[in-house]
Amino acid sequence: MADIIAEIKKDYIYSLAEKDMRVDGRSLDQYRPISLETGKMGRAQGSAIVKIGNTQVIVGTKLEIGEPFPDTPNEGVLTVNAELVPLASPTFEPGPPDENAIELARVVDRGIRESDAIKLDNLCLIEGEKVWVTFVDIHVIDHDGNLIDASALGAISALLNTRLPATKVEGKEIVIEEGETVPLPVVQKPVACTFAKINGKLMLDPSLDEEHIMETRVTVTTDADGNIRAMQKGIAGYLTKEELIKAVQIARERSQELRKFL
Amino acid sequence: MAKVGAPEKLITKDGLRLDGRRLDEPRPVKLEVGILKRADGSAYIEQGRNKILAAVYGPRELHPRHLQKPDTALVRCRYNMSPFSVPERRRPGPDRRTIEISKVAREAFEQAIFAEHYPRAGIDIFIEVLEADAGTRCAGITAASLALADAGIPMKDLVSAIAVGKIDGQVVLDLTGIEDNYGQTDMPVAMMPRRNEITLLQMDGHFTSEEFEQALELAIKGCKILYEKQREALKTKYGGP
Repeated sequence: MADIIAEIKKDYIYSLAEKDMRVDGRSLDQYRPISLETGKMGRAQGSAIVKIGNTQVIVGTKLEIGEPFPDTPNEGVLTVNAELVPLASPTFEPGPPDENAIELARVVDRGIRESDAIKLDNLCLIEGEKVWVTFVDIHVIDHDGNLIDASALGAISALLNTRLPATKVEGKEIVIEEGETVPLPVVQKPVACTFAKINGKLMLDPSLDEEHIMETRVTVTTDADGNIRAMQKGIAGYLTKEELIKAVQIARERSQELRKFL
Repeated sequence: MAKVGAPEKLITKDGLRLDGRRLDEPRPVKLEVGILKRADGSAYIEQGRNKILAAVYGPRELHPRHLQKPDTALVRCRYNMSPFSVPERRRPGPDRRTIEISKVAREAFEQAIFAEHYPRAGIDIFIEVLEADAGTRCAGITAASLALADAGIPMKDLVSAIAVGKIDGQVVLDLTGIEDNYGQTDMPVAMMPRRNEITLLQMDGHFTSEEFEQALELAIKGCKILYEKQREALKTKYGGP
């Protein structure tokens, strides 16, 4: 099932775009109001509730002791997962993650992983045998556009909020010291900035109406030093070289605003 | 944070890569069109060690019927890797990576295909990776584009794809598996070269904004090299000037 948007609204968004304007009065490179709360989920090791306009995403982290990957025996493991639960939108359906949920999780994952945000080598307990596995679970609860930026902001925020149980190694056993925790070693703050291309104009932080009519979409994830760590073009349509360079430039500037919430 | 088994250097003192290529040189490419009997269109690509088949079925009646669109054809794409295509046996069937690649590959073609000529129909693109050595989504798209042409499906332009990346701090074209594993950055790009329209772009790793612009420029150059090879392959099959 897909949402339907009235032709008249579509025409309106198009004609405003021509004048560099948007339906909700924002400029092309402006976010909707953002809010961020952390640590509200008592059972999670770290959590964040992000609102961008009416879009709401909850991210929780869980930590478990598991095995490392064979090619990185002295590094912890990071797993990012996203669920588009049916309460968030009339178009979301129950069932295993569809390609949109998988893409969302993988784009967020790449931003965190490729910016080396977590010092995974500090999460090794016994080399080649036991490491901390960090699960980042993204729960979209209200979909009003731009799930990627909300989820990416929520994910890094939840990680910054995550506390790791203190442990001792006794022989081959890991002993968890009850009640004692240390912060998860998070050393970089990747932030995703997503643009919709509408009538040839790049619009930062697209609302749901804008997403319905966008020609294409591109996400640029930058680190605090302004380097590009991940990118993803989404949906059909095309971008020119000039549009991509412009998106990168705006993302490098505007991401600093989002980073202030962290 | 060196990974296990990493080579000391990916670019040698004479400025060449481990397989002897220059930084802006693609791997040798072999393309063949129309190699499968049953498919409406097919193509095969070898790019370095990559061996990939692509087939297209359609436009054909779309099932299940509730997916039919009254004003256009539905384009579908399945990127799949054989269990023996990678060093460790891969468990058959889709995983999160192949589902994402199938999605972005489909999206790379949606802009190119005149799907509106075939209301209610389905156009199915299948990409089967037989042997993989990095850059398989790009090579798969390059082959699938030829399979679409072989199936006689009208398109605005061929789609050509290639990856660029960064190894030992240098921007290079068409990474091999070793370069992808131990390099810093990978950025697959697909485009319609004659129209300068980029229809797939993903990136992970580390680029400064200057490196990104350099890489994008190199990717466009690489796509144009492949475009010529695609045209040659079609001419070999069908003749023409």
